[in-house]
Amino acid sequence: MFEHYLSLFIRAVFVENMALAFFLGMCTFLAISKRVETALGLGIAVIVVLTLTVPVNNLVLHNFLDEGALAWTGIAALEQVDLRFLGLMCYIGLIAALVQILEMFLDRYVPALYNALGIFLPLITVNCAILGASLFMVERNYQFGESVVFGFGAGFGWALAIVLLAAIREKLKYSDVPEGLRGLGIVFVITGLMSLGFMSFAGVQL
Amino acid sequence: MAQLKAREVLFAPIFANNPIALQILGICSALAITTKMSTTVTMCLAVVFVMTLSNFFVSVIRSIIPSNIRIIVQMTIITALVIVVDQVLQAYAFQLSRELSVFVGLIITNCIILGRAEAFAMQNPPLISAVDGFGNALGYSLVLLFVGFSRELFGSGSVFGAQILSLSTEGGWYVANGLMLLPPSAFLLIGGFIWVLRSVRVEQIEKEPYEIGPNTRTSPAF
Amino acid sequence: MRDKNSVSNIIRVALGVCLVCAVVVSTVAVTLRPMQQENRAAFRQLNVLQAAGIYEPGIDVADAFQRVERRIVNFDTGEYVDEPPGGFDPVRAARDPAQSRTLSGDPAGIGRRANYGEVFLARGEDGRLTRLILPVHAYGLWSTMFAFLALEPDLKTVAGISFFEHGETPGLGGEIDNPRWQESWVGKRVRDDDGDMVFRVDRGPTPEGVPDAEHRVDGLSGATITARGVENMVRFWLGEKGYGPYLQNLERRIRIGEEI
Repeated sequence: MFEHYLSLFIRAVFVENMALAFFLGMCTFLAISKRVETALGLGIAVIVVLTLTVPVNNLVLHNFLDEGALAWTGIAALEQVDLRFLGLMCYIGLIAALVQILEMFLDRYVPALYNALGIFLPLITVNCAILGASLFMVERNYQFGESVVFGFGAGFGWALAIVLLAAIREKLKYSDVPEGLRGLGIVFVITGLMSLGFMSFAGVQL
Repeated sequence: MAQLKAREVLFAPIFANNPIALQILGICSALAITTKMSTTVTMCLAVVFVMTLSNFFVSVIRSIIPSNIRIIVQMTIITALVIVVDQVLQAYAFQLSRELSVFVGLIITNCIILGRAEAFAMQNPPLISAVDGFGNALGYSLVLLFVGFSRELFGSGSVFGAQILSLSTEGGWYVANGLMLLPPSAFLLIGGFIWVLRSVRVEQIEKEPYEIGPNTRTSPAF
Repeated sequence: MRDKNSVSNIIRVALGVCLVCAVVVSTVAVTLRPMQQENRAAFRQLNVLQAAGIYEPGIDVADAFQRVERRIVNFDTGEYVDEPPGGFDPVRAARDPAQSRTLSGDPAGIGRRANYGEVFLARGEDGRLTRLILPVHAYGLWSTMFAFLALEPDLKTVAGISFFEHGETPGLGGEIDNPRWQESWVGKRVRDDDGDMVFRVDRGPTPEGVPDAEHRVDGLSGATITARGVENMVRFWLGEKGYGPYLQNLERRIRIGEEI
């Protein structure tokens, strides 16, 4: 069992990296990767949010939405109900609520990080990596235990990618980039190259 | 006057203020599906539909939306539209919806849509908001179509599944560029697109690194 | 003018938006559901037919599928079992601890295998078996590859293969989708006369003139891991822990002259 979880984790971090293999969470990924410190803060926020939301959404799916999931209510009429089409709405609602709670928590206890993240903390709600992870959880039929590991792994992978990119961009200040590519353009190219690098993890099996 | 404005609103986001190239918005949900023109076009149509209507509906009820739950109200409207698109695709274009997998759902978190709802539709009347949504979706589609076209043509030698370059694996002359079908190529292509765009429109070249804006939340909400 | 930030207005707007959206979404979902289910079933049927080599563009899938019989098999005994009430979903069964078990030796990299599995028996006009189609899956380079493997009525020769879901690298491992490569499978003998597994996927093209060429399929250049996954997939599913007992059962019945 442990091996299974470990291999799931490694895959979520390296092989199926949210940012570099699936392009998820790109807006924030490109915008907040100017400095390693902020990138690290955002990365941690994403890890926390993902580790919470994926399992919570998993519970919602298996207890409310899935076909026959309402059987526990004991109401016969509800036993065959299949509410999976409402999934998107429930997941995004839960994510929004959890992000709001995290925001209030940071504001109260870690104001430095709260200020550093600025407008991008509420924007985690519309960070596709968060919703994407929940949707992958649904599509791949993860059980509860797996969803915890996957959520954490996906967040960790995303955080790793953004910190690495930020580190490269800090060094980039000293390089002479063609005018039109300066800023956004070169960041896209770097991300592409990093993504190529991450592809070499494919086929890693434990 | 209104005519002129509508045209401006429609065309400005396509080149002058392209949401992807200039505002780095909305790249998330779309790049993974640009390996083929058929999926790319479907994605573009879905985004055009969702964005036009979401801007329209948000604008219709803008005067009664309480400011502290506005984001969640906008999200709900967008989500409902996306679910409709998803369900319709599953019913009428099953093969495509399989290929798009989770990425249709991810239109919800496409930052352009929420961004335009918040920045434009909340302040403007319904019709012009719909035009704005349509224009931005077109600007977004333009980049996507460019990427999708290049990737399919050079990656599998075809456009819309119709073979243009005969592949060496099929006995032809063109050795397919496998890199084009892999995720990294999309980044390199967009990097190139931005480079071209900014060489033509020199005013878009970035000068100073910008500052992160302050948090916009309204304290009394809690 | 009412204060739009008052508590009562917040609740009113929230409820109103939810109600309208819920009605729209539910209406669409409910009206389109029959069509979606039909699509899903048709997609599976289409792939079964493609693997069996029965499919030609333009034919009516549901109609052609009339002559395909779906049965549920117990992997351990190799006997047919009745479809459990409420239908049998192989994907769900493989996940459910009550309906599956963890594999000890796991060359195909699938972790768990359901206790029961589906088989499809395609029959000719006269009701005789023309193709046996087995759903198989194994882990490739990126993710699990799902395929249908069709066997000739001698249960030893491949009649076709069709991959309907995989995430292999496009252009390299993704070439498992290439119809030319899939054609090269036709006529390969995967089990020898004693029923032992002799199938191999080569690294690169099979060398000319090797004596056991009829058991070997060309490898895919640049896709060693995918090719190994495909080889393990066939060897596992036709072996002892897969459809092996079922195939032996069928062979015994053929030997004593029973209709299968």
